[in-house]
Amino acid sequence: MVNNPQMVDLQALTAEHFTAETGIAVNFTALPENDVRANISQEFSSQAGQYDVASLSNFEIPIYAGAGWIVPMDDFIAADEDYDQEDILDSLETSLSYEGQVYGQPFYGESSFLMYRKDILEAEGLTMPEQPTWPEVAELAAQLDGAEPGMAGICLRGLPGWGQVMAPLTTVVNTFGGNYFTVDWEARVNAPEFTEAVTFYVDLVQEHGQSGAAQSGFTECLNNLTQGNTAMWYDATSAAGSLEAEGSPVQGLLGYAPAPVVETDSSGWLYAWSWGIQAASEKQEEAWEFISWASSQEYEELVGEELGWTSVPAGKRASTYENEDYLEVASAFAEPTLRAIQEADPENAGVEPSPVPGIQFLAMPEFPAMGTQISQDISSAIAGRLSVDEALDQGQELAEDIAEIYRAREDS
Amino acid sequence: MSTQTTAGRKAPGTAAGQPSQTMKKAGAWARRAPLLPALVFVIVMTQLPFAATIVISFMNWNAYYPDDIGFTGFDNFVRVFTDTNTREAVVATVILTVSIVLLSLVLGLAIALLLDRKFLGRGIVRTMMITPFLVVPIAAALLWKHALYNPEYGLLNGLLTLVLGADAPQPDWISTYPLPSIIVSLVWQWTPFMMLILLAGLQSRPLDVIEAARLDGANNWQIFTHMTLPHLRRYLELSTLLGAIYIVQAFDHVFTITQGGLGTANLPYFIYQTFYVGQDYGRASAAGVVTVLGTIIIGILALRTVFSMFKEES
Repeated sequence: MVNNPQMVDLQALTAEHFTAETGIAVNFTALPENDVRANISQEFSSQAGQYDVASLSNFEIPIYAGAGWIVPMDDFIAADEDYDQEDILDSLETSLSYEGQVYGQPFYGESSFLMYRKDILEAEGLTMPEQPTWPEVAELAAQLDGAEPGMAGICLRGLPGWGQVMAPLTTVVNTFGGNYFTVDWEARVNAPEFTEAVTFYVDLVQEHGQSGAAQSGFTECLNNLTQGNTAMWYDATSAAGSLEAEGSPVQGLLGYAPAPVVETDSSGWLYAWSWGIQAASEKQEEAWEFISWASSQEYEELVGEELGWTSVPAGKRASTYENEDYLEVASAFAEPTLRAIQEADPENAGVEPSPVPGIQFLAMPEFPAMGTQISQDISSAIAGRLSVDEALDQGQELAEDIAEIYRAREDS
Repeated sequence: MSTQTTAGRKAPGTAAGQPSQTMKKAGAWARRAPLLPALVFVIVMTQLPFAATIVISFMNWNAYYPDDIGFTGFDNFVRVFTDTNTREAVVATVILTVSIVLLSLVLGLAIALLLDRKFLGRGIVRTMMITPFLVVPIAAALLWKHALYNPEYGLLNGLLTLVLGADAPQPDWISTYPLPSIIVSLVWQWTPFMMLILLAGLQSRPLDVIEAARLDGANNWQIFTHMTLPHLRRYLELSTLLGAIYIVQAFDHVFTITQGGLGTANLPYFIYQTFYVGQDYGRASAAGVVTVLGTIIIGILALRTVFSMFKEES
């Protein structure tokens, strides 16, 4: 599994609270995200059966389900009276399903929204609309640029990587009406809508964004907002936890608005680290026992009591957002987070239909490599070393290569 | 490994009688046998994986499509040379390797010449000069990225402010000069390596000959070009070759400082991405094989250049 803090907590709590009750011993292998992806895909593609359960995201679940590497969970869910599947947020259940069957259980989920400094907006006499549009956000960024010495208007990721700059950028592309592929597998990376979206993003970050934008990822922007170097930041809802933590210099100063839109009703992304059961596993029953415990409401309460409510793996169950104890620590961002996750629709992310689901990514095996390579050129464009057109023309070549393979597959 | 030097000589204290051929052979094997396990181990650990890589480079093998594995001939290699990103990676690798090797060689030679003189505290200075080479590459890369290049709190822009006052230019070093940024940080790391080898070469010079040249009226420059450089030839070749082989594989700095963006993705980074992100084992192996071949070519070229330089001189 991936070695994120929530997973490490799980590892620490398992022996005392799960093995002691069920007698099922759990052996963990925890690795950083990039390594874990590589290891899991090797393990599952060869169906080695070494692992019964793996942490998969909603990017892998549809791919693995389509390849037959993981098992559907509907029978387990039906047979397990204690497990409250109804409580799982619908958009997550959809993104962890394949052809109408559930293949994954979320552990924690996130969407994206716009974080901004309420105090600075007030001081400048500006207001954030209920549902901001991207042009409105650009306008605000221009007015907030330099509101305090060394403060940029907005922070947006520019660091290459399919999970870095491509995540927020793809949501912008979606809402501008762009897409990577048509349903007939025609590449559309240098199409007018896509170009317009990327041009908008690049211009915004060049004119009113942070310095060093081409090297800024999630962490750098988090630091910028925490240190007062930026007035706004569009990124993951999971960032709010550390921004509102005890001792954060901006605690209580932030407002949260839904992800900015242009042509769609919402544009927040959807991401969830989840559990899948390997098809070759000989201990599927025990695997389900573990998953149903780790993804349960009871486990969230256990974490809250043992480790504190800020450590709860949130963003997957409606009941989390009715829990008084959790709301006490998360009141500032709980409601906007829940709404962002509920409104995310991975099946209809953009204006045009897409051949594969996904909002800030496309759930297809080739996307990480393609997205990463395109992102390198876009990062160059943000640094002013390439024009957006040049960057996207190269991206179009890559996308066309992949489209060709898919067209050939559909014809055969 | 002194087997060769002792093999030709008779061991002291043996009888003058010639040992028979079989005895000689047995003696030779008695010397070789203990080395065999090590030789076999080296072959198994280094050559077998490389052979496997060559085989895989002719295969169509993507982890996401386990039912679709087979041999495709030269397809992967064709794609390595036609794909825009791979071509750019080759160019970036050449630029990085050549410039880093040359710069660290020149700098290393200059520093070695300075350290070859006797002065107070030479030992301490020498140790300090070697230190950059001992820093873990990924840590050095992080240091350069954040402590030096960062436009907000980096040392470089801080110095500019200190010298030029509050409205000094605050360039975004990595975005503006991505390749030079990586080159400078790697030169910092590799100069000590070059310096060490060249300093060893300098200290093995026969000083009496130089003394004699000085008496014959040769000036410093003449001594340097006609005596020191020819003497250093082997050391220059060695440091160029070793440096080139190591620097072709530079990965940490590209990974850390630019994440392969801004045209800095070199072949090792491209291979890493193809393998770990794309899960395309065939194409990653092909790129790996191309990198090894490229390294061999660069090595040969480097040797030839240095070689011909001295030929002209003599």
